[in-house]
Amino acid sequence: MSVIVTDEGFGQDDWNGTYASLEDGGAPGIDLPSDTDPAALAALPEGTSMVRIAFPSSADGRGFTLARLLRMRGYRGRLRAQGHLIADQYAMARRCGFDEVEIDDALAERQPEDQWLFRANWQAHDYQARVRG
Amino acid sequence: MYRYDDFDAAFVAERNRQFRAQVERRIDGSLTEEEFKPLRLMNGLYLQLHAYMLRVAIPYGTLRSAQMTQLAYIADKWDKGYGHFTTRQNIQYNWPKLRDIPDMLDALAEVEMHAIQTSGNTIRNVTADHFAGAAEDEVADPRPVAELIRQWSTDHPEFQFMPRKFKIAVTGSPNDRAVTAAHDIGIRIVERDGEIGYQVLVGGGLGRTPMIGKVISDFVSGDDLLPYLEAIVSVWNVLGRRDNKFKSRIKITVHEHGIDAIRDLVEERFAEVKPLFSGVDQEMLAAITAQFAAPEFRQAPTDAYDAAYESDPTFRAWADTNLFAHRADGYAIAQISLKAHGETPGDATSEQMRVMADLAERFGHDELRISHEQNVVLPHVHKSDLPEVHKILKAHRLATANIGLVSDIIACPGMDYCALATARSIPIAQQIATRFDELKIEHEIGDLKIKISGCINACGHHHVGHIGILGLDRAGVENYQVTLGGDHTETASLGERTGPGFSADEIVGAVETIVETYMSERESAEETFIQTYRRVGMAPFKAALYPEKAKADAEARANAA
Repeated sequence: MSVIVTDEGFGQDDWNGTYASLEDGGAPGIDLPSDTDPAALAALPEGTSMVRIAFPSSADGRGFTLARLLRMRGYRGRLRAQGHLIADQYAMARRCGFDEVEIDDALAERQPEDQWLFRANWQAHDYQARVRG
Repeated sequence: MYRYDDFDAAFVAERNRQFRAQVERRIDGSLTEEEFKPLRLMNGLYLQLHAYMLRVAIPYGTLRSAQMTQLAYIADKWDKGYGHFTTRQNIQYNWPKLRDIPDMLDALAEVEMHAIQTSGNTIRNVTADHFAGAAEDEVADPRPVAELIRQWSTDHPEFQFMPRKFKIAVTGSPNDRAVTAAHDIGIRIVERDGEIGYQVLVGGGLGRTPMIGKVISDFVSGDDLLPYLEAIVSVWNVLGRRDNKFKSRIKITVHEHGIDAIRDLVEERFAEVKPLFSGVDQEMLAAITAQFAAPEFRQAPTDAYDAAYESDPTFRAWADTNLFAHRADGYAIAQISLKAHGETPGDATSEQMRVMADLAERFGHDELRISHEQNVVLPHVHKSDLPEVHKILKAHRLATANIGLVSDIIACPGMDYCALATARSIPIAQQIATRFDELKIEHEIGDLKIKISGCINACGHHHVGHIGILGLDRAGVENYQVTLGGDHTETASLGERTGPGFSADEIVGAVETIVETYMSERESAEETFIQTYRRVGMAPFKAALYPEKAKADAEARANAA
């Protein structure tokens, strides 16, 4: 099982669609590995309503750039970070355009809800928002 | 000088609150050491050989006296009464306790300082020319744009978990004193048709694979700079190698893909990123620039200086080596050497920090700088005050007249502190300095930069030293490799290896041999070491360093003939 983290805290997964890889397509959801070539994002099928980007390790920050690229290129559907993200990365994920984070139960137990809610204030104290205007 | 506004102050307070919680969560087990490590690193906290080490940012090397005084207070209260100034304009405390770190960070915040992104795989403290705003040779003061870059890069959500660290340096002068060519991004302020813009270099770096940065753009205009930087880092964040930390820096990415391919990717990404910047950053830059307005320089006679220069040989020697031309009449840039012979390069005691702070307040328009050469600078001193300044410096062992000379050595902490080191650096620097002090030929030798690293990560910049020394471990024994001809300035070049390395017992003698060879080869006292080296090449130095090899080669040639 997994836990979905949003600004409201922990929740159940309410997404019932299926996922496919970018190459295969044919599903409303797309799974992207962290080593996806930015150029390949152009192949995102029209009508995709969920993109899930993998974080195999909390040290692998490629997903942050991929998320920003998807948003810059006009993707408006749901965007989820999945895997090994820690509570301290929640604000980064949100600022890069993710809507939510999917973690497994073991991680949710070790880093309970209050640690994630601690960073639900991700819109405050944001130098990026300030220099971009 | 730049003062925090409410946003900056609230940001740092919030960040410190977060880090305090992170330390608690590490202690209660919510965070594993693997998870905690990047968090502590992005807040400047290292685990060293013997203890934690806190690295505090001194953005673009600029300090007010109150900030220096606070650094002294922190050294006394939570460390052993001293600090170490580094080649990237940081100060390091070598003995703090983990539980004290949040309080130390709060104490820094009181004087608008922090330790954010002084480590970890993030964009590090932005460095700049230590003579900024004072030197007469600059196109523009690099500090305002460095401050803008500090704000842009701080807590940048996309760039906190990158393949590796990322360093940016800015120079506003064509005479590059910020080592921009050895940075991941080097920025040189230039003027084109009356417009100020930026030449951008990418992919420079030292370490085990030293590279000189390559020009990715000759001219980036002011309002394009942040999106351009963002495009570079964004491209590398995905493209940079994460499979091997020794190949992860952008210098390797540029080397493997070629500068032209990287430029194309960056231009493409820039076109996407640029619309996200409204241009408000240029208004911010204008406001920051106003804060860096030059102090009101005094108009006063310099008779006191002239008299002391005439009558006091100690003062004269100090003035000749440690002063640098100031852009304002009657002023000088005064450099305070943290390289007293036999001492640890870059270390200052809390008492010395207070003395320097006091001098800045009384005689220096309240400003101090930290140079990448690990010295302290009083950027604006009226010449008439220099005899008094010198007297006070002398009383506190701060008047060593050796800036730019053989004993003004850059050295990394080496095996005395660092967990990565393979050899000692500080004792070698101390022995070299002491030896040349005994010989009393330092001033005769003239401009000569020795740089020492205690491992291949090259924190001591040995690749760009006129004489570079690299300490290695050869089967449990320290061995020092020597390079000659490195240069860290706008004519940047990497040194060449002389040949086999030297033991700890031999290295000081080897340096002496190199210097003697230079003295006999130079055409006049005006020809500096690097000029002589470029003219005569490696051969005479090799022959002097390895006489047996030279003899054997000569015999072999004779036999073959």
